[in-house]
Amino acid sequence: MSLPQRFSDWFASRRWQPRTHQLALLENARAGRSTLLVAPTGAGKTLAGFLPSLVALSETRRKWTEYGLHTLYVSPLKALAVDIARNLDAPIEEMGLPIRVETRTGDTPSHKRTRQIARPPDILLTTPEQLSLLLAHREAAELLGGLRHVVLDELHALVTSKRGDLLSLALARLRRLSPEATAIGLSATVREPDELRRYLVGQRPNPVVASEHDAIQSRASGVAGVAPQCSADAREDGRGHPMADLVVVEGGAKADLRMLDIDRTLPLAGHTAWHSMPAIYELIREHRTVLVFVNTRLQAEYTFQELWRLNDDVLPIAIHHGSLDAAQRRRVEAAMAAGQLRAIVCTATLDLGIDWGDVDLVVNIGAPKGASRIMQRIGRANHRMDEPSKAYLVPGNRFEMLECRAALDAVEDAAQDTPDARIGALDVLAQHVLGMACADAFDANELYDEIVSAAPYQYLTWEMFEAVVDYVATGGYALRAYERFAKILRGPDGLWRVRDARVAQQYRMNVGTIVEAARVKVRLTRHLRGKPGTVVPKSGRVLGEIEEEFGETLTVGDTFLFAGEVLRFEGMSEDDCLVTRAKGAEDPAIPSYAGSKFPLSTFLAARVRAIIADPFEWDRLPPQLANYLVQQRRHSVLPGERDLLVETFPRGNRFYLTAFPFEGRLAHQTLGMLLTRRLERAGLRPHGFAANDYGIAIWTGRDVGERMAIDPGFAEALFAEDMLGDDLEAWLDESAMMKRTFRQCAVIAGLIERRYPGQKKTGRQVTISTDLIYDVLRKHQPDHLLLQAARQDAATGLLDVARLGMMLRRIKGRITHKALERVSPLSVSVMLEIGRERVYGEGADEILAEAEAELLQEALA
Amino acid sequence: MSDSSHRFDEDAILALGLRLEKTVKAAGLMLAGETLTLDRTGALWLEAHRTLVVSDLHLEKGSSFAERSGQFLPPYDTRETLSCLHEVIQRLDPTRVVALGDSFHDARGPERLEPGDRAMVAALQAGRDWVWIAGNHDATVNEGIGGRYCESLAIGGLTLRHEPARDAAPGEIAGHLHPCGKVTMRGRSVRRRCFVTDERRLVMPAFGALTGGLNVRAAAFDPLFPQGFTAHLLGDGRVFAIGRAMLGKD
Repeated sequence: MSLPQRFSDWFASRRWQPRTHQLALLENARAGRSTLLVAPTGAGKTLAGFLPSLVALSETRRKWTEYGLHTLYVSPLKALAVDIARNLDAPIEEMGLPIRVETRTGDTPSHKRTRQIARPPDILLTTPEQLSLLLAHREAAELLGGLRHVVLDELHALVTSKRGDLLSLALARLRRLSPEATAIGLSATVREPDELRRYLVGQRPNPVVASEHDAIQSRASGVAGVAPQCSADAREDGRGHPMADLVVVEGGAKADLRMLDIDRTLPLAGHTAWHSMPAIYELIREHRTVLVFVNTRLQAEYTFQELWRLNDDVLPIAIHHGSLDAAQRRRVEAAMAAGQLRAIVCTATLDLGIDWGDVDLVVNIGAPKGASRIMQRIGRANHRMDEPSKAYLVPGNRFEMLECRAALDAVEDAAQDTPDARIGALDVLAQHVLGMACADAFDANELYDEIVSAAPYQYLTWEMFEAVVDYVATGGYALRAYERFAKILRGPDGLWRVRDARVAQQYRMNVGTIVEAARVKVRLTRHLRGKPGTVVPKSGRVLGEIEEEFGETLTVGDTFLFAGEVLRFEGMSEDDCLVTRAKGAEDPAIPSYAGSKFPLSTFLAARVRAIIADPFEWDRLPPQLANYLVQQRRHSVLPGERDLLVETFPRGNRFYLTAFPFEGRLAHQTLGMLLTRRLERAGLRPHGFAANDYGIAIWTGRDVGERMAIDPGFAEALFAEDMLGDDLEAWLDESAMMKRTFRQCAVIAGLIERRYPGQKKTGRQVTISTDLIYDVLRKHQPDHLLLQAARQDAATGLLDVARLGMMLRRIKGRITHKALERVSPLSVSVMLEIGRERVYGEGADEILAEAEAELLQEALA
Repeated sequence: MSDSSHRFDEDAILALGLRLEKTVKAAGLMLAGETLTLDRTGALWLEAHRTLVVSDLHLEKGSSFAERSGQFLPPYDTRETLSCLHEVIQRLDPTRVVALGDSFHDARGPERLEPGDRAMVAALQAGRDWVWIAGNHDATVNEGIGGRYCESLAIGGLTLRHEPARDAAPGEIAGHLHPCGKVTMRGRSVRRRCFVTDERRLVMPAFGALTGGLNVRAAAFDPLFPQGFTAHLLGDGRVFAIGRAMLGKD
């Protein structure tokens, strides 16, 4: 495979050699074959993905009338799309290629959007949501009919969520609109590349499902099934499923990864790593450009503030997270690209592949939570494949040291913990079906065939599909009350059409799968002159948004950190949170350290358990951690690798039970709920529980330990797997987390409309509470589609029921109960979770440290 | 925001707030010389007059949304509200039932009633004096759903009307505002529908299944209760009297 002269010259001018995988992708694309490229960071993945398009567009002499969208690039992040546009400029300009590249994101102004439809660029860079919107456009067929390539960047990160479901449906539609287009998936190293390979190409309906479907079809409409559409290019896996070609780039230099050692004893809880800030600042001074990753926005604010407190050298240190105003984020990104910054404190918004060549160090504060995530983040440093990336992990507490150790080992082994392939969500499907009706009239049979060609929906039954269509049309209620208001209608020709422009508008306002907590704008305002205590509403600029729930906890005069400043809360005005700059050295109140929104991955958890279980491993641990484990062994016992340790002890006038499954906070919260139900039935009077990533603590009015001593089978019965049966069902239905899950499904499926910040509240009854809807629906139609969707989510999402089930099977017959006279060192960590939310006025960690000192004294007495 | 610790019983939090406030009151309440019993369903029971008062039923809210905004809320709200009402009526056996306005979410609500729900209304009305007070949502109510219609109603020393009047004489019972109270204890909060009273007037909670609420700390309540108020929050097991100082803003 040879490059056109212009391209080889360009490579030569840069002293580059085209790499094998870049040429392989070019060859595949020319042959009309879809390909998955798996490569480590710095392997020239992006250029490889675009090379086929650049070459094709430089070769064809197209007439004016043939101009149209040639290549779509889809990235999970707006910032990434913008960055790629910048990076494509160089080769296009330097080779003088007649190629127009544009981005289309949520930030793109409407006049530009309109123009992009009328006069599309050659290459359009966009996000999954924007792609869905394009596909629902009346002009979609015309716009996308001539498409030749779809490039999906960071595919491994996209496919694990509902956004991946949405994108898979979009791909299915693209395959139909432009059968000749090929897909190119770009991915970091993954555990199961075959799943991604299937995702990229059209699947055939499952034979069993197909025959049922055909039978129903002929019954229902007398129409013969439409022949399944599959890309001719696909290879097959062992079970006859088509797959894209695979190109793998091996290796890359091993990362230079270390745990930050600050030579002092770390606390047992808390995630801020306040103790390590001076050391992190020193690292920033010693390096060219440092990316400081944190797990939450609040942590980002805190870290940024602390670093600036130490910043005697006035180094340019910036902050970047999803709540900040878009304009400010763009400024930070531009400054970074221009090499003007020494450090950026950032959240997952910068996890993925933005090419900033000058980053020479990555610092990750807090527990890594997953091996793949940490590798991704490390990869942000030193974007050259043959040089090692340099990174430090900064544990926030002693348990996080364990997690860091496990992550270091995992990175050393290049082991991955990416989750399994998803089963397509029903709420996402409902959104897509409405979108397709907005684009054009659809035939249900044809749309079904299209949808089951998407890998996540491969096993969708015809009946379920019909239920989804019924939901979209009239809400899917057994009581046929809304027939006359149907959103989509089936005409005499058998085709479904959208009712009117208003419904199409509703769809456009609602598209996407990310349901954020309700937000309010943070507006910087000033005091009215001559009227102390009053502020001018609507006067200042918007700094960004905060979650409404957080806003609700503020009272006038409270100070908090936002956008890197200490702000004073002055009150709410409609949907604005009015603030002024806090003067002097006021200590900001940080209401909550949410720890991490990512739960500890199953894979890292297993490694953590293995380290704890094996004293020979302890030599590799920092001495304070090893010592802590020795103390635990002295005062209680350490669980084996597959065992569950349960401790019981009295404290104050309560009794406590702690357990350490190491299965992540979500699964532990579910476990806590279920255990308390059982303890209640057993008459042991549970009063409450707390959970973290490692374990749970339950406090009771009666001594559970005594009960376990009398009845040796009690511990086993308490943790028996059948808790996932009736108890779970009963609890799930009542749980706040289930209601939150339902709310997300209801928004995605368009049952209730999204609220946007700045949207006016209309006095009372602002929104219909989804909790009320949930309660009514559960009572009157428990099998409703959205309840099914919510239960499907609960298995893996907020409740992590699936993981809990795995744990309960694992520990069967392997429970170690230890009745203690007082709290053990291990239990201290989870006991510190009790009542630690929302501490005002002073640093939460200082309070924690105090509580811990007290508890520890007790433990070691 | 993470919530790593949990309490099982929201009533326990309410009870805690109540203890701290030391405003424990008997379930009975006096207003203009009449004894009021606040039912945990949100209904008001005037035992001396064997009269049950419910406010803001908002029947057919679901179908109203479907018609007006294309949002398909579960069409079971009417059934749910009526079955709650059925339960209270069974329990207390009133001779008179007063629906204190906004009984239907819009004026065409009665037309959209499902036949089964219509029959249920008729069954509840049978053998009782049934009074529909006009509300702002249903100022003009269609005929044909039984009962009689009034702008307001006087019972003993009490005046029952939909919207609270600014300078009403003592003894007014009204709805309209959908009051809700929020109690926050140890970082966790509970928001419940509530009665609001200053012993001169009473504002009732909305009874309807899909009705939202307005926080009692909102400005709309200030002119009605210049001397402050006590909110009676509807717990799972009973009603909790909670002082204004303990109630949080939204």
